Amino acid sequence: MIALQARRARRTEHVALLGLRIAAGFVILAMVALLVYLAFEGTKTFYVDRFPLWSFLFSPEFAPDANHPGAAVFIAGTLAVTVFAIAVGGPFGVAVGIFLAEIAPYRMTQVLKPAIEVMVGIPSVVYGWLGLTLLVPLIRTHTSSPSGFGLAAAGIVLAIMILPTVITLSEDAFRSLPAALKEGSLALGATRWQTITRVLLPSASSGIAVALILGIARAVGETLAIQMVIGNATQFPKGLFAPTAALTTEIVTDMPGATAGSLLEHALFSMAFLLLLIAMLLIVLVRFALRRRA
Amino acid sequence: MKRNSARVALLLGLTLAAAEAACSSPPPSENTAGPSARSGTVQVAGSTAMLPLVKEASAAYQAAHADAKISVSGGGSATGIAQVAAKAIDIGDSDITAPNHPELVDHRVAVVGFAVVTSPSAGVKNLTRAQLRDVFAGKVANWKQAGGADQRIVIVNRPRTSGTRAVFQKVVMGGIPLAESGLVEDATGTAVSIVKQTPGAVSYVALSGITGGGLAIVSVDGVAPDETAIATGRYPIWSYEHMFTSGTPRGDAAGFIAFVTKSADLVKKNKFIAISAMKVSETDR
Repeated sequence: MIALQARRARRTEHVALLGLRIAAGFVILAMVALLVYLAFEGTKTFYVDRFPLWSFLFSPEFAPDANHPGAAVFIAGTLAVTVFAIAVGGPFGVAVGIFLAEIAPYRMTQVLKPAIEVMVGIPSVVYGWLGLTLLVPLIRTHTSSPSGFGLAAAGIVLAIMILPTVITLSEDAFRSLPAALKEGSLALGATRWQTITRVLLPSASSGIAVALILGIARAVGETLAIQMVIGNATQFPKGLFAPTAALTTEIVTDMPGATAGSLLEHALFSMAFLLLLIAMLLIVLVRFALRRRA
Repeated sequence: MKRNSARVALLLGLTLAAAEAACSSPPPSENTAGPSARSGTVQVAGSTAMLPLVKEASAAYQAAHADAKISVSGGGSATGIAQVAAKAIDIGDSDITAPNHPELVDHRVAVVGFAVVTSPSAGVKNLTRAQLRDVFAGKVANWKQAGGADQRIVIVNRPRTSGTRAVFQKVVMGGIPLAESGLVEDATGTAVSIVKQTPGAVSYVALSGITGGGLAIVSVDGVAPDETAIATGRYPIWSYEHMFTSGTPRGDAAGFIAFVTKSADLVKKNKFIAISAMKVSETDR
């Protein structure tokens, strides 16, 4: 009887562990397959179509029909909206994170936290739709921008979208600090503000760096919401209110009509591969920041 | 050990198969699950300018043929051509020809006229072709330079893979590139709604895509885009609507193409022009 039970337990154990291994193996293989495939397709622009990498990165002329797919405009566009989003949403998000961790009374966190979680759950098309129907007309009527579409509209939408990431992670960074730090500072007679700025902020700096980097990663990858408000013009962001385009928005605008094997398709794959490389670089930075904390 | 490596090989195979499937399949668009040979459904996709006509025709065709199933989606002319060439759909709708795909069979089902539309506040009723070129090349920035109100011009372009854009480029712009400073909207419907809500906006859209008020339709060289003007060749911006198939269509695909071509009332109701009504051909332009 006991032997039977033991055997059954062993078998369950065996099957369960096998399942876990398969799941993990599948994730790794899927990741490797994705990477290999994107690297393969994403470099065809250079080794099949013989378009120089240098021109792809630095030429502002995107004319695949004329064999010249320069992506500099989209790279600049991605950089510009990301910088805008993190410059607006970053400090704001960290401020809310500090407030939640250090200042907000318990009841208030009970209200704020679910509100932030809801923000994460809102699909990006909804953010884009709100941007299109509220923000774009607002910018059009209150600025010199004739259309309202452009860098500012995209940047503001993105800044709102990265808030939950930045808030949650920077709050965690503060909560994970040893209580002794805060208690020691207060015991020495420092005010709450002094404690936050001189003791807690420096100690949580690597955690905040992680929050900001993941906010940047979110901003770089966001597609649909900003495609609806950025204007999708193939031109450098000439000002806050001028239409422009980013890597993600150009891919989604041109992808449906790109013929398989065409230079346009290869160029879009190269842009996707570039986005993947940027994402990997950001993850390396996150690892670096976390190691420094440990 | 042996079992282990077999497991790994299986996994690798599955993963690669999945990756392969994900890559070789055409760009995703609604209702394009696979070739009809298996599903029994005729899959139609492509030009958003043709969409209103094709949707209505598919409803009428299915009402007349109880066992027929036709699914219709948009995506743009180039999508239609790319997907039918990849045999992912049965019929690819397009406003333009497919010179890169000589293997496709072209069925001309109707003629579509394209109108230059502005927000009413721009204050222009007529533009010459030279003025149109100046506006869309970005040479003039204010409507008062083209005989309109004192208002900044906002160009609304279609993506470079759009059939509407290709027709406009060919007929109006010739070799002059469209201004890159313009907004780009990826469907006829979005372009129309942006023009409606943005003062000073201008775009080029299929007549079939103009719905409701709030738009000013501009005459070209004094000619308004109506059926007679297009059929007699006095209004220049039009093209054939093509339904491409990979090889000779059979069954419901063939039936549906014939049905669309013959549905003169549907064609007219959706502001297209029947091929039989045309007194000029594309080469006369």
